[in-house]
Amino acid sequence: MSDTLTSASPSTVAPGARSAATRTLWVLATVVALGLAVVASVAFGARVVGWDDVLSGLGGATDTVGEAAVNRRLPRTLLAILVGAALGIAGAVMQGVTRNPLADPGILGVTTGASLAVVTGIVFFELSSPRSFIWVAIAGAALSAAFVYSIGSLGRGGATPLKLALAGAATSAAFSSLVSAILLPRVDVMNTFRFWQIGGVGGATYSRMWQVLPFLAIGALLCLATARGLNSLALGDDVAAGLGQKVGLTRLLAAVGAVTLCGAATAVAGPIAFVGLVVPHLCRLVIGIDHRWLLPLSALMGAALLTAADVVGRVVARPEEIDVGIVTAFLGAPVFIYIVRRQKVRAL
Amino acid sequence: MTALVETPVRSAGDVVARGRRRRAVRRAAVIAVMLALVVVLYVVSLVYGNTVYSLGEVWDVIRGETVPGASFTVGELRLPRATLAVLAGAAFGVGGVTFQTMLRNPLASPDFIGISSGASAAAVFAIITLEMTGTAVSLMAITAALATALVIYVLAFRDGVAGTRLILIGIAVAAMLDSVVSYLMLRAAVWDLQTVMRWLTGSLNNASWDQVRPLALALVVAGPVLLAQARGLTLMQQGDDSASALGIRVERTRLVAIVAAVTLIAFATAAAGPIAFVAFLSGPIAARIIGGGTSLMIPAALVGSLLVLTGDLLGQFAFENRYPVGVITGVLGAPYLVYLLIRTNRSGGSL
Repeated sequence: MSDTLTSASPSTVAPGARSAATRTLWVLATVVALGLAVVASVAFGARVVGWDDVLSGLGGATDTVGEAAVNRRLPRTLLAILVGAALGIAGAVMQGVTRNPLADPGILGVTTGASLAVVTGIVFFELSSPRSFIWVAIAGAALSAAFVYSIGSLGRGGATPLKLALAGAATSAAFSSLVSAILLPRVDVMNTFRFWQIGGVGGATYSRMWQVLPFLAIGALLCLATARGLNSLALGDDVAAGLGQKVGLTRLLAAVGAVTLCGAATAVAGPIAFVGLVVPHLCRLVIGIDHRWLLPLSALMGAALLTAADVVGRVVARPEEIDVGIVTAFLGAPVFIYIVRRQKVRAL
Repeated sequence: MTALVETPVRSAGDVVARGRRRRAVRRAAVIAVMLALVVVLYVVSLVYGNTVYSLGEVWDVIRGETVPGASFTVGELRLPRATLAVLAGAAFGVGGVTFQTMLRNPLASPDFIGISSGASAAAVFAIITLEMTGTAVSLMAITAALATALVIYVLAFRDGVAGTRLILIGIAVAAMLDSVVSYLMLRAAVWDLQTVMRWLTGSLNNASWDQVRPLALALVVAGPVLLAQARGLTLMQQGDDSASALGIRVERTRLVAIVAAVTLIAFATAAAGPIAFVAFLSGPIAARIIGGGTSLMIPAALVGSLLVLTGDLLGQFAFENRYPVGVITGVLGAPYLVYLLIRTNRSGGSL
């Protein structure tokens, strides 16, 4: 991990250190970017709506088609913010915990695990309340995270990025084929299949957001609480233990927080890959490696990125919409490839 | 003569030669058994179904005589279906094991590193958006699969191609292409679930001679080319330097092998969809059965055919609902995949 960070900022004396002024500036810039993304998300969409309608639609009017469209865009914007922030934090924490630059909830198969758990719950245990979906999704995310990590860390060299990525890709492939096998003979459940195959925020409703909000809040708090511990972990387990850090406990808490975040995000928006990968890397470039700054900025940037990606998905294929999970795959995969190319082979 | 062979004083060379001979006999025996199994399952697929026909009737149909009922059921439905199963399985098996051998990693099968996804994405695009059929679809799939392989190769190239980098980049490209497939599928899902599932997991439903023909042609052309590279690829497992010291033209062998393997994978995907895990499973299973040190291509091809034939029979008749073959191989393959992940990571070995 430290290799990545050093190479990201070779000019500074202490690797990745930034002055408080620079950091504040970047945080403010990200807030502005998020604001712009939100405005764009409300104003632009599959239907072209004039500014008058946008303003009156924000006021709550639904008299014209345009106003009604604006009204529909509000919940999905909010959901994009929540899910983006959750995935941003979860990605940063996962990269910190595994000390692995390629860690991402999607690549490690965690979101597919959540999908499989929910589909299993719907079909075999007749779950129907959204709240039970959340619990099941979190349980599935936790199980598959533990599974992928333990497989990936067997053998020589521990959890190398290659082994983790392959274990994650293979596990998601296996889980997806189980999902297909469960869903195929059941046309009624097939209707929700779309939702569990590709992530999207189009079907957002306020009630579902309220239900998922406590889980997101708890997960985020857990993650933020371990920020200082994650800083020590970056120095290596031995040094961290020497600094008086309870390594195992920090890791566990951080992992529980991250898994809760992606489980809850998947439960409400389906599997969305690459946001958790891209955002922390961008943040580290601009703000350095201190997790106390990195985690909040990752949340802001994740929210901005997902909101913007959703706008892009709605605008490029007018009058149809491209789900945000597809847009993020196209934004994220090149970044992933860039990271892989930049690293020395041995570091992978 | 026999007295000479059984002299009590054996040189080391003798022992080696004897071991080599024994392994060759064992290999030939195992291959013969697998071949026999393929034939048996092929015949079972022709005979068994909602109506069971006698071997005689099936034989008459194959010879081209008209048998009431059987001519259609066997000749038009079961025969192309079973043939497609054998050919697609063999193509996936050979293509998969080529990549696994070349990249020295059993997880580096075309399933996971984007080749199958490239073929799938192009085929789905051709069928759904461009409304193409038949050979045109195959052509799109093969072009796209080759282009995908090329892109991954170029992106992974930096002072030579490192296996790890190629695999990781392949995973990212696969994620991107899979999302294209999903997107296109959502548009088609409304009116055609069958097509959708075929491109998600692979299926032999609606198999016809139109799908069999291009694939058979690809196997006839690319198969021998690939087999000719078998010795070089096996030696390259010792490392590029040792292989070139032994007279293998490493880069040329690699390039020819990639093109031939991608061709096979692409044609098979165009004909039957990306049948889950067949390309990935065939090589490791063949390696376990036949042991290391020799080329795995022919055994892997046979294992691939066996997997697809068995999976299709199970999918059609073993359960209340009919499942496409890809779902069966996917579900059966998942536990083996996990086992293999654990085993490889622990031992760090290749196949």
